[in-house]
Amino acid sequence: MKLSMKWLADYTDVSDIDTKAYCDRMTDTGSKVEGYEILGADIENVVVGKIRSIAPHENSDHLQICQLDCGTGEDIQIVTGAQNVFEGAVVPVAMVPAKLPGGIVIKAGKLRGVPSNGMLCSIGELGLTTHDMPGAIEDGILILNDVGLADAPIGADIHDVLGLTDTVVEFEITSNRPDCLSMIGLARESAVSFERPWTLPIPKKPAGADGDEIGKYLSVEVKEPSLCYRYSARVVKNVKIAPSPLWLRMRLRAAGVRPINNIVDITNYVMLEYGQPMHAFDYACLDGSRIIVRRAAAGEQFISLDDKPHTLDDSMLVIADEKKPVALAGVMGGQNSEITDSTTTVVFESAMFNGPSVRVSGKKLGMRTESSARFEKGLDRENTMPALDRACELVEMLGAGEIVDGTIDQYPAPAEPYKMKLESEKINRFLGLDLTQEAMADILRSLDFVVDGDEITVPSFRDDVRCMNDVAEEVLRIYGYTRIESTPLTGVTTQGGRTPRQLYAELIRDALVGMGVSQAETFSFISPKFYDKIRMSADDPRRKSVVISNPLGEDTSVMRTTVIPSMLTVLENNAAVKNRDAALFELGTAYLPVDGQDLPNEEKRVAIGFYLNDVKDASGFYKMKGIIDALLSVSNIYGAEYALYSEDNAFHPGRCAVVSAGGRKLGVFGEIHPLTLANYNIGAVTYVAELDFEALFDARVKLTEYTPLPKYPALERDFSFVCDEEVTVAALESCMKNAGGANFESVKLFDIYRGPQIGEGKKSVSFAVMLRAADRTLTDEEADGAVKKILKRLEAECGAVLRS
Amino acid sequence: MKDTLLKIKAEALSAITQDGADLEALRIRYLGKKGELTAVLRGMGKLSAEERPVIGQIANEVREAIENELVQRAQVQKAAELDRRLAAEKIDVTVPGTEIAVGHIHPLDRVQRDMEEIFIGMGFDIVEGPEVEYDYYNFQALNIPPDHPARDTQDTFYITDNILLRSQTSPVQARTMEKRKPPIRIISPGRVYRSDAMDATHSPLFHQMEGLVVDKNVTMGDLKGTLEMFAKKMFGEDTKVRFRPHHFPFTEPSAEVDVSCFACGGKGCRLCKGEGWIEILGAGMVHPNVLRICGIDPEEYSGFAFGMGIERVTMLKYHIDDIRHLYENDIRFLAQF
Repeated sequence: MKLSMKWLADYTDVSDIDTKAYCDRMTDTGSKVEGYEILGADIENVVVGKIRSIAPHENSDHLQICQLDCGTGEDIQIVTGAQNVFEGAVVPVAMVPAKLPGGIVIKAGKLRGVPSNGMLCSIGELGLTTHDMPGAIEDGILILNDVGLADAPIGADIHDVLGLTDTVVEFEITSNRPDCLSMIGLARESAVSFERPWTLPIPKKPAGADGDEIGKYLSVEVKEPSLCYRYSARVVKNVKIAPSPLWLRMRLRAAGVRPINNIVDITNYVMLEYGQPMHAFDYACLDGSRIIVRRAAAGEQFISLDDKPHTLDDSMLVIADEKKPVALAGVMGGQNSEITDSTTTVVFESAMFNGPSVRVSGKKLGMRTESSARFEKGLDRENTMPALDRACELVEMLGAGEIVDGTIDQYPAPAEPYKMKLESEKINRFLGLDLTQEAMADILRSLDFVVDGDEITVPSFRDDVRCMNDVAEEVLRIYGYTRIESTPLTGVTTQGGRTPRQLYAELIRDALVGMGVSQAETFSFISPKFYDKIRMSADDPRRKSVVISNPLGEDTSVMRTTVIPSMLTVLENNAAVKNRDAALFELGTAYLPVDGQDLPNEEKRVAIGFYLNDVKDASGFYKMKGIIDALLSVSNIYGAEYALYSEDNAFHPGRCAVVSAGGRKLGVFGEIHPLTLANYNIGAVTYVAELDFEALFDARVKLTEYTPLPKYPALERDFSFVCDEEVTVAALESCMKNAGGANFESVKLFDIYRGPQIGEGKKSVSFAVMLRAADRTLTDEEADGAVKKILKRLEAECGAVLRS
Repeated sequence: MKDTLLKIKAEALSAITQDGADLEALRIRYLGKKGELTAVLRGMGKLSAEERPVIGQIANEVREAIENELVQRAQVQKAAELDRRLAAEKIDVTVPGTEIAVGHIHPLDRVQRDMEEIFIGMGFDIVEGPEVEYDYYNFQALNIPPDHPARDTQDTFYITDNILLRSQTSPVQARTMEKRKPPIRIISPGRVYRSDAMDATHSPLFHQMEGLVVDKNVTMGDLKGTLEMFAKKMFGEDTKVRFRPHHFPFTEPSAEVDVSCFACGGKGCRLCKGEGWIEILGAGMVHPNVLRICGIDPEEYSGFAFGMGIERVTMLKYHIDDIRHLYENDIRFLAQF
């Protein structure tokens, strides 16, 4: 809401208060100021001048040399290219030096050799439009004679002549205070904030004197009293459509509303002043001389004032005549009953519609207007009549027509004033204040509440005040939010903290960071095409996502069921800026729809990803596995098993593993498939893991008792043997463990070798086996015996032979 | 003979104290089985009984002197040798260290953790809630019925008519109050979604942290005290908070909360746009309707709630001028935190 300080002066005098101080205090009392603008500040040294003579320019066929009287005592010569000047014309003159909007500075100069000491201004050069200055033309000098200002005093400042000076304060009015979307509402708040008197203007009720009566013109029927609480109307005849006077146009302009003509301007002016949206119909366009407030028929067609066609449905309220809708209630009028230059009789509507209904209609049709924005928030039912009276008063003031006697006012269920108790003790306790009941009552009275003892009558324009908290806020905002004393929390002491799950998430994050992996945050919504990009098979259940019905775009239209594409995108971002190696993780969520369940399961995932530039072999796989092993180790997850996983097309079928513990899958990791990688601009071998946080959490073993350290030394036996390529290290290890007997402690791989002396399809694998007895030092003979058994078993079960 | 002995002593000591003398060779030369001193001592038998003890004593003194000198010089030589080795082993300490990969916590998470720690210290639990949420919890239980104008300020992503992506963390308030009985002290950080196109200051997804306290006799002074404590711990002991009236449907009275600018201390600077204050929180006393809807008697209990944007705090704290940095995850950006 834009507030003209000039206009505000009609109601209360705050002219002695500095604008910044005004804004600060208004914000402090609850009318938040967004900022303010001083209109006309960008124009300097522009005065009224009269063209005394015009002479042709000898070096130009379109330039003319004007001699002007600008009240300085001597003629000023200005060369102009405009063709609409004439001797005797009164014009705005930018003197030397002058400033114009857009940072333009006017200096003395020569045009084709002829000195020119200023510039004649067009409306555009003064920051105005033809709406602000009807009668003026766009491509020529503003001739003040054409806009009714022929008598402007020569030499007068243009600000004064055109009324350009004003300070406009812009308020952000919260949705609970539609009463402040009006000059009167803000005048009340201003006066209370600065403890100034103020006057609520009471419009006189104009009445026709010729015996003509509204009943002869119009009848109104409200068919939907639950959507239209009140409908008031008056008729104006012998209307003379004309531009509004300058003062009114300038006030509309300050409020950001475009002047149109006197009747339309009056409706806008009253809306701004009273907060009551109004509409004016051309009476001649109302079939059957009737207004019917009804629901639209499904499929009914309607063209709004802005020439846009709409198809209506029966949730929408329309103002109709006998045949057709003439307005979408509370939103916008219809083209079919618009005020035009030939309008002679006008119906003014001042009504109160149901807020949600207006909001739904506007939303469905994609329309939001000054009017609908006010109705949506709920307006004052008692305001329709004063607004209507004010409109009629302005009609008379402007000589825009004759008021037909009588008013139509359909108000089937007048609202009762809302009464409640002033619970001062409770309010004090609640706010931590110590105010007397009388002090509270004084504040409330200043805001036009009626307070009688401990009974409050809430004014009709304050539907937002209904309970103790609301009253407390009214008191507090005027008394001062800043005056609340801070107190510490008291009462029962609570033990704050994190849950075991939250602590485990912290552990994972800190462990990964310690391993050189940085944390990423990515969007939870992705494009459904991302599933194609990671080559997810067509029947993969992960393709079933939670779908956003009104997404910003396709690329953020479904909730991800896997965090892999997000991780690949992050790696791609890093590759794009040539970051050499990047390793990242995300503690992200996957959203998995579940049949028979409204809300999806939101599963936390650990995504880990990196790319390696100078690596051609599979060492990246083992780096990722190392990270996962370390993560399991800090998590106290033991006995994890790894198996080749070739089911996921995102991954290299020979370099992807599923990791599980205790039979439960913990996650999948591996090298990204070359065809998947081709869908991302990474250009380096890439590894990604997706682990299931909940499975990791459950797999943790809680340490209850430590294992005593061994008392006797271990014997280490190293050996290499040759086996088929197909035999896995896990199989060899498990075989050794089974064969090693009671003194077998552990086995550790330390080398794998392939080469011509080993043979095609074979590999040489080297292990260190640790043997230890808990109760004595093992003898070499015992150790050799165990090794013999191991070797025998390896040969028998795995075809592995000791390398000679 | 005495002269011979003294000559040997003088010669030996002189040779031993030479720089770089080969001490082992000298030991053999003088003290060895075929050494000069040994040779002299062998001739002792020819001496008279009177002379023998005198010369014997001298000979022992000479041996002792040579031995001592040898030991001493050996130490000196060893020390010199070590000095030479250390000098030779000198390196360029400005050569870069061996690279140890270090990861970095995302700034959003870092700030979130800082915030959490402060509230945990004040006895708050951390509670999480679903991001795909019922309209009921996101709006209706928070005193925002269908077609309430307040819905316009939060352009919401819908899944169906009654399921949406939560536009605020406040639904966790309602869920918590339904489940727990007072006293309640919780914070709830998490992701929220609004239909704002991405630009330097907007993101369709961002993080909020919600706070809720419900107990007997909770006052607006307690709200201010709690937020003041938070602001001091988060932004520095000298930080002040300022409440301005505002409107939220689920709190009444409601306030927007500013903190004194932590960059300039309130004098006015670029960060606070010359205001000296930075808006950081929305807060208020829980609306009695909300308490009632969630099954808590507003006659018996009162409470306060607050919420703040984690991106906003992060961006202010580190002077980050574009929210997109937070979601691009460029490691050059992340490595700064």
